[in-house]
Amino acid sequence: MASRKIHAIYTDDDLLMQAVKQTRAANYHISEVFTPFPVHGLDHAVGIAPTRIAITSFLYGLLGLSVAVLMMNYIMIQDWPQNIGGKPSFTFYQNMPAFIPIMFELTVFFAGHLMVITFYMRSKLWPFKKAENPDLRTTDDHFLMEVDADNHDVEKLTKFLYDTGASEISLIENEQDH
Amino acid sequence: MSSHYEAPIREPLVLGEKSYHDISVDVGAPILGKANKSWWIVFTIALVAFLWGLGCIIYTVSTGIGVWGLNKTIGWAWDITNFVWWVGIGHAGTLISAVLLLFRQKWRMAVNRSAEAMTIFAVVQAGLFPIIHMGRPWLAYWVLPIPNQFGSLWVNFNSPLLWDVFAISTYLSISLVFWWTGLLPDFAMIRDRTNSPFQKKIYGILSFGWSGRVKDWQRFEEVSLVLAGLATPLVLSVHTIVSFDFATSVVPGWHSTIYPPYFVAGAIFSGFAMVQTLLIIMRKVSHLESYITVLHIEYMNKVILLTGGIVTVAYAIEFFIGWYSGVPYENYTYLSFGAATGPYWWAFWALIICNFVVPLTLWVKKLRRNIVYTFFVALIINIGMWFERFDIIVVNVSKDRLTSSWAMFQPTFVDIGTFIGTIGFFFVLFLLYARTFPVIAQAEVKTILKSSGESFKRLRAEHGDDSSHIQKVEEYPADAGPAANVEGKHFDTVFDDSDEEDLENNSVDLELHKGKIDTLLSGVGTFNPEVQKQDDLKKINGIGPVMEQKLHQIGIFTFDQVSRMTDREYDLLDEIISEFPGRAKRDDWAGQALMLKNKN
Repeated sequence: MASRKIHAIYTDDDLLMQAVKQTRAANYHISEVFTPFPVHGLDHAVGIAPTRIAITSFLYGLLGLSVAVLMMNYIMIQDWPQNIGGKPSFTFYQNMPAFIPIMFELTVFFAGHLMVITFYMRSKLWPFKKAENPDLRTTDDHFLMEVDADNHDVEKLTKFLYDTGASEISLIENEQDH
Repeated sequence: MSSHYEAPIREPLVLGEKSYHDISVDVGAPILGKANKSWWIVFTIALVAFLWGLGCIIYTVSTGIGVWGLNKTIGWAWDITNFVWWVGIGHAGTLISAVLLLFRQKWRMAVNRSAEAMTIFAVVQAGLFPIIHMGRPWLAYWVLPIPNQFGSLWVNFNSPLLWDVFAISTYLSISLVFWWTGLLPDFAMIRDRTNSPFQKKIYGILSFGWSGRVKDWQRFEEVSLVLAGLATPLVLSVHTIVSFDFATSVVPGWHSTIYPPYFVAGAIFSGFAMVQTLLIIMRKVSHLESYITVLHIEYMNKVILLTGGIVTVAYAIEFFIGWYSGVPYENYTYLSFGAATGPYWWAFWALIICNFVVPLTLWVKKLRRNIVYTFFVALIINIGMWFERFDIIVVNVSKDRLTSSWAMFQPTFVDIGTFIGTIGFFFVLFLLYARTFPVIAQAEVKTILKSSGESFKRLRAEHGDDSSHIQKVEEYPADAGPAANVEGKHFDTVFDDSDEEDLENNSVDLELHKGKIDTLLSGVGTFNPEVQKQDDLKKINGIGPVMEQKLHQIGIFTFDQVSRMTDREYDLLDEIISEFPGRAKRDDWAGQALMLKNKN
């Protein structure tokens, strides 16, 4: 299915914010926005759902804590209990004060690394991944808003985007939708 | 719309007339340009020191730890001193990037990247020492709890040294991903700005294909926040655990309950001193004075004052408790009357003078904002914090409970060489970093430009807080045409001056200004087309095709000439070309031309 998009480029973040709001108010669909830096409140203005990545981090942290507890319980209490410096090793509970540093470290280790890996996977970031920003300047000082042009009069939409302050507008025809 | 208001009483964090593009240019300049001579000189020195240290390490490993100056009484000396010193230095980076992020401190944006780099490089040095000390470093994996061929011979989870393994490796790896995640957008900026296909390829790989989608940014900010929340207790835990190496033992002077908070404060203290040392040089070498301002240096000095104060209070408590306990052994600990007057008196006083007396001068605002003085104080604190660890370790164990085993420590050339080698290694890494990495988190600095940039602050001061250039857009309905919110700024847009000006009818009245032009050229030098090549002056921000044409008419063709312009030449130029008074000075053409000239 062929899909048509319009790329509108803005040169200022506040201008972009205003344009995003006007475009949404006019019931056009913004399919993507590329910005060189995080524009505060833009995700809300574009209307994307809040990210749940912090929740995953919490779950990964619980996993790390469990790994630490199970590992140290097996090694220090079950498999080979030893009397080290008179520290009680009969039950996990008694020996636990000595385990707290590593319980904490592994919680942080799992929560941090697995969250970042999740972020990289979800946002499709990894070495040798090709960048997909349509205009090179969007990592520098330009802001690009991609609007769906299917089912819309391109002339009217272009005029509208021009009026929102876009400095460059281009029509993109994609052969297949993905 | 989001407000960019910031109290006018706050000093600007980004100096000069900077646009978003200027930030990209300034941060990218050291990477896209060539290294100058001084970089190569310093790099060579660091490399030689590193190779020397490598030789010492190879000698240690192949011969044995006996090549160090250790003896029966002092079985731990420079190795652990250097380990704690480097780990301590590695605390400022994460503190700046994590704690200050949670506190929403805007000044962290300009310094966090380099501070994090410093953290990682310092922790790498720290990690070397325990591994060398193992004697057989190829068996270093034995510290990990992995099933093995010796039956169920596990590591001892009751030991603080094993906690160290987990703490340091968690700290190093979390700092690394925190740093790298923050680097992705900046690598992407370099990738998209460079002209060299090789750099494009390399930075394309390094940037992980970062595209800057709104969803990516949303996740990016959340990930940064959560990592900051995780790294803040982590940074406190790491040096706490390092202090447990000592505090859980029964050696007088080590067995101390205030060690964890005292060590953490000391670590931040020394870490900030090292950040100051590095950044004061880097801002100069890489021309980043507009981003790392004297205000940043003052803020860091305030952190040094605070943590130095905590450390001083801890010294006082140690000294008092040692005396108050009435235990005779406590009179030989590193903070005691016995230490101050004993054979290690010089180490005791080095600690007091460097960490307590000298940092007190930072209470004076004039000194706190004096860059040269700050550099000097930071160096002294680096030395003082090395002595603190030396005192804690060597002085405390030099006088045992048995008088017969009292001993002094004499470092050998291997001890010294290994230490110097790690300093060399650290600087090799940092210098390579400074040439190949975006040393300022430019994406983050761009987010504070409108609230904390000098030019935007001035616009608000002139037009009132409520009617900044942004409001102009809102006041006019969007159908008033392409919103020209570029007042007072000059973004590179298609609506740039060049379109509006008349290229045909554009000449300077040469006869009228003959005298002035001659004076101007005598200041900047003349252009000889036979031996020189003319530069593309349009590369200078603020010079369009029209201005270039005019400069050519006057006789200015090269960056070299423009770079020699001073206030006098700017004034002359304004008189000759009257259309843009003050523009050349405001845009700092000379400074820009200098950068471009060096790039060629």
